[in-house]
Amino acid sequence: MGSRVLRWICACIWVWMASAHATTSLDPELAKQLTASQISQRLGAIETMGQSGSPQAAKVLEALTLANVFVTPQGRVFLDSKPPIDVLTGEPVAQIPEAAERVRLNNRLRGALQTEVAYALLFAERPDTQIQAARQLQSRPDATRVFILQRALDASSNTEVRDAIAVSMAIASLQSDDLAMKLDAIEQLGDSGRGQFKVALQALLAQSDNGTFDQPPSVRDATALALEKIERQQTIQTWLGNLFFGLSMGSVLLLAALGLAIIFGLMGVINMAHGELLMIGAYSTYLVQSAVQAWWPAGIDFYILFAIPVAFVVTACVGMVLEKTVIRWLYGRPLETLLATWGVSLILIQAVRSIFGAQNVEVANPNWMSGGWQVMGDLVVSYNRIYIFFFALFVVAVLWLALNHTRIGLFMRAITQNRRMANCVGVPTERVDMFAFGLGAGIAGLGGVALSQLGNVGPDLGRTYIVDSFMVVVLGGVGQLAGTVIAALSLGTINKLIEPMSGAVIAKIAILVFIILFIQKRPQGIFAPKGRSAEA
Amino acid sequence: MTTEQSRLKTTAAPDEYFASYRRPAMSGVDTTHQVILYLEDISVEFDGFKALNALSMEIGVGELRCIIGPNGAGKTTMMDVITGKTRPSSGSVFFGQNIDLSKLSEAQIATAGIGRKFQRPSVFEHHTVFENLELAYKCSKSVWPTLLAKLTGEQRDQIDTTLELLRMRQQANRLAGLLSHGQKQWLEIGMLLMQEPMLLLLDEPVAGMTDAETQRTAELFNDLRGKHSLVVVEHDMDFVQSIALDGKVTVLCEGSVLAEGKMSEVQADSRVIEVYLGR
Amino acid sequence: MTSLTSTAVVVPPHSRTPVLFKPGAWLAISLVVGVFAVLPLLNLWLPVEHPWHVAQHTISLLGKFICFALAALALDLVWGYAGILSLGHGLFFALGGYAHGMYLMRAANPAPGQLPEFMVFLSMTEIPWFWTFTEYPLYSWMLVLLAPGLVAFIFGYFAFKSRITGVYFSIITQALTYAAMLLFFRNETGFGGNNGFTGFKWILGFDITSPQTRAGLYWASLLALLGALLVGRWITTSKLGRVLMAVRDGEGRLRFLGYEPAGFKLFVWTVSAMLCGLAGALYVPQVGIINPSEMSPANSIEMVVWVATGGRGTLIGPIVGAGTVNGLKTWFTSTFPEYWLYALGLLFVLVTVLLPQGIVGLVRKTLQRARGART
Repeated sequence: MGSRVLRWICACIWVWMASAHATTSLDPELAKQLTASQISQRLGAIETMGQSGSPQAAKVLEALTLANVFVTPQGRVFLDSKPPIDVLTGEPVAQIPEAAERVRLNNRLRGALQTEVAYALLFAERPDTQIQAARQLQSRPDATRVFILQRALDASSNTEVRDAIAVSMAIASLQSDDLAMKLDAIEQLGDSGRGQFKVALQALLAQSDNGTFDQPPSVRDATALALEKIERQQTIQTWLGNLFFGLSMGSVLLLAALGLAIIFGLMGVINMAHGELLMIGAYSTYLVQSAVQAWWPAGIDFYILFAIPVAFVVTACVGMVLEKTVIRWLYGRPLETLLATWGVSLILIQAVRSIFGAQNVEVANPNWMSGGWQVMGDLVVSYNRIYIFFFALFVVAVLWLALNHTRIGLFMRAITQNRRMANCVGVPTERVDMFAFGLGAGIAGLGGVALSQLGNVGPDLGRTYIVDSFMVVVLGGVGQLAGTVIAALSLGTINKLIEPMSGAVIAKIAILVFIILFIQKRPQGIFAPKGRSAEA
Repeated sequence: MTTEQSRLKTTAAPDEYFASYRRPAMSGVDTTHQVILYLEDISVEFDGFKALNALSMEIGVGELRCIIGPNGAGKTTMMDVITGKTRPSSGSVFFGQNIDLSKLSEAQIATAGIGRKFQRPSVFEHHTVFENLELAYKCSKSVWPTLLAKLTGEQRDQIDTTLELLRMRQQANRLAGLLSHGQKQWLEIGMLLMQEPMLLLLDEPVAGMTDAETQRTAELFNDLRGKHSLVVVEHDMDFVQSIALDGKVTVLCEGSVLAEGKMSEVQADSRVIEVYLGR
Repeated sequence: MTSLTSTAVVVPPHSRTPVLFKPGAWLAISLVVGVFAVLPLLNLWLPVEHPWHVAQHTISLLGKFICFALAALALDLVWGYAGILSLGHGLFFALGGYAHGMYLMRAANPAPGQLPEFMVFLSMTEIPWFWTFTEYPLYSWMLVLLAPGLVAFIFGYFAFKSRITGVYFSIITQALTYAAMLLFFRNETGFGGNNGFTGFKWILGFDITSPQTRAGLYWASLLALLGALLVGRWITTSKLGRVLMAVRDGEGRLRFLGYEPAGFKLFVWTVSAMLCGLAGALYVPQVGIINPSEMSPANSIEMVVWVATGGRGTLIGPIVGAGTVNGLKTWFTSTFPEYWLYALGLLFVLVTVLLPQGIVGLVRKTLQRARGART
């Protein structure tokens, strides 16, 4: 941990070196103050450095938070690490000079240090450092230092950094005595829509013991208005957030259930090993990640692009083998197939457990999929979920094309509607069965890739999704792609909309009851096949 | 479509089966007008395709009506409507004056007195011939009476008589699945008789039977005429001739009635010749 | 073709034997029951060093197996005879277990009004309403039948009315037990959360761990199994049993004969659930614990393989199957624990593909062939 931070520090320092203000020594006066005997003097030195806004000051302050720092009377600063480093140049040295004195810190100084470091880092080169510093200052507002924030704001051109600093300024301004400034700050915080400011704003409405308000009415009115705005924003954000989460969950369910729906529609087979196909897809992703890490570390961000076809092919093969060895013998006996595939699922889970161990394995998001898009206020929509949503739609589109515009898709549709007739007209049902099973399994593999990006990958991954996938198939009906899509998205959305109100378990139970009742009205699901063709 | 999926194939809305757990409160069939079955303007539509198109027909009490027509004319769909397997999109179907069949479940319709023999012999393959007949026997078909039912002497006699009629006494304890196609057809007819229905619907009863069996079937139907009402759908013209006698024959085409009358009239009808009988 | 006319009325096989089983079968059943009934005596009366002494542990194990056999028999009634594959019968087993467990938890406390330990642990201040009367064993035993029966009845009423069959129905039963499991895992539900009930001490005033009590529970289970066998046999040889088989083979066709399948299915479904609940209730005091994982879908599906292995639609088959599979499980988990799941999975596959009639079916076929070869 320490070495990582150290590396980061060096990197920062490296970058700062490139700036025009690079100097290799501290002002000797300041250096002497740092090593003074009086605590107040040392405190003064630290505060001066914090307010200076200079890069060297930042480096020194930073170093002080890491380990023991030694300062020479000439103003050279050394960090007592292994090996020791000259803080201002960033170069390691063989040994700290004899003349250097250690800067002694106590708790009070450390506390002040934290704050000063943040102020100093407002002027750092890297935007994320600046943002981090600004965020830190939001929790320690100081109205007297607003001018520093202003300086930092003017110095920066990055919008994110400016936003963060503006918020810090607003919070700091809340403490200010200047009424106009205060009201301005209140309004700004209200417009931000962020829940974290509620506490600071509510403090303005406080009453002291004798019943009088701390703040004048104008301030209190403005605060009330601001709080109201934040509440409204929060509600909108919550609903939008739930909706988004629901769609995201729906897209995952879609990928999970699509393969199952195809196989069930084609052969009336419920494949209880379907969850395990999801799991195999996830583990394939893990293996690809490991392989890329081992053989092409620079390309680690692209491992997902390899994982997708690999997972598809691997699970498709597993599916086809399954079809040929087990399912084929049970044609026409769906209940038996259900049981046999359950047996296969037990074997697969145990096999994976023996090979990879019972613990979860680590599958990380590539860089371009990490983080999120801040839509508004507190609502952050994570990139990986967005990608997966569109990926699911893409898969559906490709599948639709395959089913409706290829020969094999035509065969599959024919078999779904009337197997015997399809056989009679020469459709090679056995081969199509195998292919369709492979296709369904492959899609499950893709679902596994998606799942690996969202959560933990372990041997029991399939079990957690199998019941939900079944519900999608039951609800969506068979034979129609649209049914599965709508059912999956609906179930995901409804689940996430109910969840905040009554918890995940009740949401699941409510959905189950809903499905049972829905099935009463429409036993064949949302898109029921109608007419004579359905009565073969 | 797999057998699993086809089990859900009725288009009747489940709501209407709310009465399914109660014993059907059946009043007797009102046949004061000597008509046992009314079909009025029955239309059945599947996704835009009209299987039945404003079909109207009346079957008299004790009549033996033959229905003929080309494939796809709607003959089986008509039977589906009568027995409750399919609901008409418009029109009404009445059993006697008072029983609206479009509001009853299949089981209720069967209990009311309409029996059906299917195109393909559908007997219970894992039950013996005796058991098949026992199941069909006309008695209370609710849960408790069935649980406590004992095989009475009267029942046994009746089954015996039927077995005699079917000439299947030797096979009484044989599994129905092991019978020949013709024997299965006969067993199904026997089951139909055991139900003692007022109206018998027979869908291609002699398909796959030998000449001798066909003749026996004709004798049986002629025997039943008058005591029961029969509607027979068939393609075998000789058979139809042997049972139609003086009775009415209806020709269906494209979901509605093309012609109706005595066998001779219908056979001479040019439209019928063109559409079905051929020159 | 003229047939021999005879005046003798044809008598079907099943009405020739109005007393459920053929004499040969009665003999076999009595022998087996007798042997099993004697085992606890061999434990209680014989000293430990005696070669015929039966260990306490064996009695408990066999008692467990007998409860499983009862559950399997209950499942066979709906699956083997009515063709309803339930993947959630574990729910009824667990409900019966929990119902009895409520009494056992109350009995474990010296004062009847005192809260069971887990409630104290969860900082509950008073006994929830659905725990009232559970200190009375009779009420608890009534609940053992009523709770699963009621749940089964309500679920079945809606499911069968809407004509859900086949694979759809099976999936929904699985979801049902899964949802119930999630519900019972919550501490707020009032059934002990993920710890469930444990730490039983007394049953009807007897020390629950003493060999005599264990023997008593064993005999109770054996009696229950025998009773269930007779009840099952009575149902399946009655006309209702034949109607059920017709439901299994041709539900649609049956409607046109005037039978409404929903009512029949509901009847056998509810009876099966109650029998299963009974099995659970007898199981819990013998193993000393009940928790929500009994309701897991995997458990219910394992029940199915007991029936399938033994031979469904035979009533004896599931008993044999439950004993065989659980015996295998006990052996595997003590000698090759990592391989048990492989074995179970393989069992599923092999039984469904190669042995659809189960062990009993295989035995029957071999006997038939032997008989055929002799004639």
